[in-house]
Amino acid sequence: MKKTVSVRYFAILRDQRGLGEERVPTRASTASELYEELRRRHGFTLPVERLRVAINDEFESWASVIEDGDALVFIPPVAGG
Amino acid sequence: MGFDLTDRPIDPSRLMADAADIRAGAFVTFEGRVRAENAGRSVKALDYEAYAPLAEKEGRRIMEEAREKFPITDARCVHRTGSLALGDIAVWIAVSAGHRPAAFEACRFLIDEMKARLPIWKREHYADGATEWINCATRGPGAGQKVK
Repeated sequence: MKKTVSVRYFAILRDQRGLGEERVPTRASTASELYEELRRRHGFTLPVERLRVAINDEFESWASVIEDGDALVFIPPVAGG
Repeated sequence: MGFDLTDRPIDPSRLMADAADIRAGAFVTFEGRVRAENAGRSVKALDYEAYAPLAEKEGRRIMEEAREKFPITDARCVHRTGSLALGDIAVWIAVSAGHRPAAFEACRFLIDEMKARLPIWKREHYADGATEWINCATRGPGAGQKVK
């Protein structure tokens, strides 16, 4: 089913996408399917195994089903401190 | 007990005054500072970028875990965002406890967990003009590749 989600990009993903946030119409059913779709489209270098995903400002599993209006953030390897 | 992100310089003297606690016989602080060298490259400056809503939630969860694991009376953590110069404080942690073992152990736990779990990213600016997102582009599969 077609839905539209919002995606925010940080760090290397923002550089590789060339923007910080977008609305994405998609037929992907899970978070990992959406990442793979965007990775193919934009040439992201990081494989899904090296990222985490947040949906609506909480960490979630890659198998989580995404719904219309969800806000996703793909979290590349962190480097705080 | 508190966790904060800030885009302003961290002032330890002010933070320490706030953390004064007469129940605490031990007070341990940690400052993470911007270093002039990383992996053999000369570093000129750093940028920190945070996914703020989740970083704040996760930071508060880590503080709560420290309180459950160690007999401490208080703990604070402040993490910078934005552009930092060499020597600037990137992260500041303070732990108050009745006695020193818990204060040292909790402080070590806090900095290790903050580094591993907060959705915060660091971009280094090098002397030769190059920049790199640390860990994203410097380690593991997918590192060092350029977008096709």
